[in-house]
Amino acid sequence: MSVTACPGCALGDSEAISAPGNRPADATFELVLPGIHCAACIATVERVLNALPEIRSARVNLTRKRAWVAAEPGITDPSGWIEALADAGYEAHEASSVPAPDSSGSDLALHLGIAGFAMMNVMLLSVAVWSGAADATRNLMYWISAMIALPATAFAAQPFFRNAWAALRAGRLAMDVPISLAIILACGISLYETIEGGDHAWFEAALSLTFFLLAGRYLDLRMRQSVRSAASDLSALEPRRVHRIEGDARVSRPIEDIRLGDTLWLAAGARVPVDAVLVDDQVRVDRSALTGESDPIARIAGQDLVAGDVVLTGPVRIRATAVGEDTTLRRMTRLVAIAETARGRYSSLAEKAASIYTPAIHLIALVTFIGWMAVTGDIRQSLNVAVATLIITCPCALGLAIPAVSAAATGRLYRLGCLVKSDTALERLAQVDTVVFDKTGTLTRQELVVPGDMPTDARQVLRGLANASDHPLSRGLRATLRDVTPAALNGLAELPGKGIGALRNGQPVSLFAADDGRASILSIGETRYVLDRTERTVPGATQLITRLRGMGMDVSLLTGDAEDRAIRIGDELGISRVWASVPADGKVQVVKALRAEGRNVLMVGDGLNDAAALTAANASIAPGHALDISRNAADAVVTGDIGMIADVLRLATSARRRMLENLLISAGYNVVAIPLAVLGFASPLMAAVAMSTSSITVTLNALRTR
Amino acid sequence: MNILLVLIPCSLFLGGLALVLFIWTIRSDQYDDPDGAANRILLDDPNDQG
Repeated sequence: MSVTACPGCALGDSEAISAPGNRPADATFELVLPGIHCAACIATVERVLNALPEIRSARVNLTRKRAWVAAEPGITDPSGWIEALADAGYEAHEASSVPAPDSSGSDLALHLGIAGFAMMNVMLLSVAVWSGAADATRNLMYWISAMIALPATAFAAQPFFRNAWAALRAGRLAMDVPISLAIILACGISLYETIEGGDHAWFEAALSLTFFLLAGRYLDLRMRQSVRSAASDLSALEPRRVHRIEGDARVSRPIEDIRLGDTLWLAAGARVPVDAVLVDDQVRVDRSALTGESDPIARIAGQDLVAGDVVLTGPVRIRATAVGEDTTLRRMTRLVAIAETARGRYSSLAEKAASIYTPAIHLIALVTFIGWMAVTGDIRQSLNVAVATLIITCPCALGLAIPAVSAAATGRLYRLGCLVKSDTALERLAQVDTVVFDKTGTLTRQELVVPGDMPTDARQVLRGLANASDHPLSRGLRATLRDVTPAALNGLAELPGKGIGALRNGQPVSLFAADDGRASILSIGETRYVLDRTERTVPGATQLITRLRGMGMDVSLLTGDAEDRAIRIGDELGISRVWASVPADGKVQVVKALRAEGRNVLMVGDGLNDAAALTAANASIAPGHALDISRNAADAVVTGDIGMIADVLRLATSARRRMLENLLISAGYNVVAIPLAVLGFASPLMAAVAMSTSSITVTLNALRTR
Repeated sequence: MNILLVLIPCSLFLGGLALVLFIWTIRSDQYDDPDGAANRILLDDPNDQG
């Protein structure tokens, strides 16, 4: 029988073949599957892939929305599988390359597990001591604790030792130095006290310190990994393959294989992958990604096309004139990369806190030791008190305070459809007070207006034609006409440079671009309907602007497009400050001028002409369909509705507030604990209680981020 | 207090057992795809189909 776990998934027969284990050891391809979400999806995708003769085995990972494929030897082209998945209703992209499995996550989890195991057992033994065990019993407990704690810390705390050693060799004081020092000293002095039969041993403190700090590290690493995989998911959206004309055939090739002089074939709606000249007679291209200019421009045979142009009237043939690193797009990317390094690093809250905290801890412990030496002259007692101070002040909650919030916030944003690409992005987004929008492609889209008086019959034909094409305008039409049943058409053909034609009950129907490119004409037999091309604001844009204003943001529009259009859209959305006809470097100047006024600028844009401005702003967001270069320059990418930007900002503000609260909480614990420790009243029990409660408090507080 | 000589090895053995199992779950990549594992129990096992 078949199982339908979600109504959205059509399920065929359920002969799901699941290879045992997870990632096939010989996986040669990785497919990104953004649409999968349930058991039936796993079954269908694996069935489709495993049924293909070229594939030896395929395994879906639902958490990461990927499939790993082990192909037969010699297979290099996955486009056939992607089409097979598309037939089954699943969008799939080829991931840029198969990354080596990242073992650092599970490695850290192992350290964390061992620290946790040892901490629980030693804590159990310590309870006996705290509740009054004395003499031989206490000594037995300490000896058993030592036998567990010494090997466990030696293994589990290695990440800290390694970092501390690296920092010391470079002559720096990193957070890991006091941590390592506290762990080593605590173990050392406890061992000494155990041998001497002393009162206090700090084994459980050393272990819980290791455990809580490793937990913070683990959260931090998981967040960084999800940020990295978000970035690689995005680059999978960019076409990696193009059709090259070889002899009479069109062959799908990876983009890296294209050489100067190769002739390529592009479908309507495709992005030009390399700089090229046109081979066919004529074409209209949308260059708004590069210039912001929303009118399509005409190109005739022999004229140049730039990487990043979108072919509106296709398919066409082009000949490559610059490939790889030489394309205009790549040159711009390099400029952005240079600007990025020039921006200087944003120092995060965690770094600021650490830079105050680390020297302070050392100093307090040292002063305590010297003070006790001066007063009592007893090295053993002074050392005991100094170690107690070091353990109590060690940034246990501080290590969790910020990673816990970041993990909670990025997780929530990911579920909303926003990929945060940089680990300091949340903090920078939280400080934004001015939002600058690009117009074309970000707030507006080109659309065909369906006349209100068009008969239902014609609408059905139009929907049928729109269904058959992947042109951006057709996609817009499909959205406008989503309630209309498409007419049954046959003989569908996309005509080069014109549009799409078909037959309906033997009668020719077509949707062709008008000669000036500003309208499209629907013909049904002899009847003609004109569909004007206009610029529409994207859904959610108006609400977004209203919400941003409600949050006290200063909103403005910054576009390369002509003034009249910019002002019209500005009026429609309620944006009064508009800069129009601004070239790419002008956009950077505007953003820099705003920052010079002391504002924290958020730039939202999708085009190549925005990339430099995205880098120059305090924080930046790009929509999911943006050019690769802009997505790389932006701190966060919003897939889906643009209106979500308001939620992103609200969540970032809330996250930053939680981070500050957490820092305050952990500082508060120290204000109470440090005087007690310095005066020699600290006991292992007190350290254990303070460490656990402060860590749990900051974790719970982090979960309030929403 | 002699009971401790039995109970402490007992607790250490049980804790150690849990640790060994935990290491095994990490080694066999069981934290790799938690969502997928949760959903796969809904799929029919091909070996069960007669």
